Amino acid sequence: MYFDVIIAGFGGQGVLLLGNLLTYAAMVEGRHVTYMPVYGVEMRGGTANCTVVISDQEIGSPVIHHPVTAVVMNKPSLVRFGAMVQPGGWLFVNSSLIDAAEGDYSKIKMIMVPTIELAAKAGDPRLANMAMLGAMIEETKAITQEAVVKAFKQALDKRYHKMIPINTAAIEEGARFIREGKR
Amino acid sequence: MSKPKVELVNGNEAIARGAMAAGCKFYFGYPITPQNEIPEYLSKHLPDIDGTFIQAESEIASINMLLGAGATGARAMTSSSSPGISLKQEGISYMAGSEIPGVIVNMSRSGPGLGGISPSQGDYFQATRGGGHGDYRTIVLAPFSVQENYDLTIKAFDLADQYRNPVMILGDALLGQMKEPIILRDNKPGKFDKPWALTGAKNRKPQFLKSLYLNEGDLTQHNWKLFQKYQQMKAEIQYETYRIEDADMVVVSFGSVARIIKSSINMARDKGMKVGLFRPVTLYPYPEEILRRLSQKVHHFFAVELNTGQMVEDVKLSVDKGSRVDFYGRPPGSIPTPNELFDEIQKVYR
Repeated sequence: MYFDVIIAGFGGQGVLLLGNLLTYAAMVEGRHVTYMPVYGVEMRGGTANCTVVISDQEIGSPVIHHPVTAVVMNKPSLVRFGAMVQPGGWLFVNSSLIDAAEGDYSKIKMIMVPTIELAAKAGDPRLANMAMLGAMIEETKAITQEAVVKAFKQALDKRYHKMIPINTAAIEEGARFIREGKR
Repeated sequence: MSKPKVELVNGNEAIARGAMAAGCKFYFGYPITPQNEIPEYLSKHLPDIDGTFIQAESEIASINMLLGAGATGARAMTSSSSPGISLKQEGISYMAGSEIPGVIVNMSRSGPGLGGISPSQGDYFQATRGGGHGDYRTIVLAPFSVQENYDLTIKAFDLADQYRNPVMILGDALLGQMKEPIILRDNKPGKFDKPWALTGAKNRKPQFLKSLYLNEGDLTQHNWKLFQKYQQMKAEIQYETYRIEDADMVVVSFGSVARIIKSSINMARDKGMKVGLFRPVTLYPYPEEILRRLSQKVHHFFAVELNTGQMVEDVKLSVDKGSRVDFYGRPPGSIPTPNELFDEIQKVYR
């Protein structure tokens, strides 16, 4: 088993939390995993991205050139990472903020996810990152939803544990969106 | 047997935790990116074990506090990044001269000058050639994973005490920022007799630690003694080999670049190219004898570094005459990807 993903958006969208949670969940499942945040002068409103690699075997590079999967939460991220996805890979696009993807994406699976609408359905539009996570793991089967729920307890500080149910609901909304084939 | 304790931490925190597992009781430092998670963690957790955390007024102050703590026989550490490590060089030289143990972490960034905060291996010369003035050496350990950040930090404290010498951990921004699950060790800190330590001279004759030798012949003798110690350090040489059994060409890399290029080597293997990796873990002492013996089997080496050519000199000094040594260097400022390094392997492989 091998899976990698670049997750990108602007600061404040929860891009790094999404990556952290995915990493924790992979660890819960007993896999090898690396998490590499972009390292620069990032701040709220600036750009942020991270790379997660999950494997059954020892992982070489934590830095990836052509990812199997890219998750883009805003337009600049689509422009930067959309064309880098491997042929046959997945490109998850936050269609709540990105109208249409220009360019040739015929060789990859492009999946438009209305993250904010899905999160609102779960009770809070700010959980767009969680809706995206739900959609991504349902489609790619990179990790199980159960592992993510277990990971919440480790990844989040105790004072945020009361937020776990609503976050789980947002993940389920994203997963259901894929299962019901509405994309 | 109980299940090993596994936690997801970033590379800097792994170093801080390694220090605590090694029984480090004193930390002195001055903040600088990209290693701030080290003091952040220790400022929170050292007091739990009756340790002392001091944010010093400068790098120069913190290295001299390290010297002072080491002189009393305590386990102590400082950490910084390239420009800050430059400022510490005078203190490191004095520690080496006075034979005072201590651990110095350099999560290096790109230079020269203030440079930038991206990963770099531009401090190889500074770390392995002494850095400060005088004919001295520090043991230099180069981790390439978060687990090694943790394990080698524990080891650094033992080596420092064993050889009464400063030990440096040389990492970079990539190794400090990446997160991986690590196995936490149930480590029993090594016990070392320290009759030389300055402990107050109660019921014993006063003694002192110094690096000044003015009487004729004393300094020469002192330097010979240090030299012999550096020779003995060769017992600590550590390295990793990967897929070299049938290799026609061996890549030589350390730290973060060795990590990235492992993936490139797998790509090359998939294309039928017989390429392996030699990764020095101790940069000083350098595994020169191991490389020399390897060069009797393999005649083509490819040094790859995140600088414009530093460790390649040690490769050339180690291998037998007649070996071909190619080099690819990336000046600091960006991280090479596995695909880019695979392209470079393809260019030199024949």
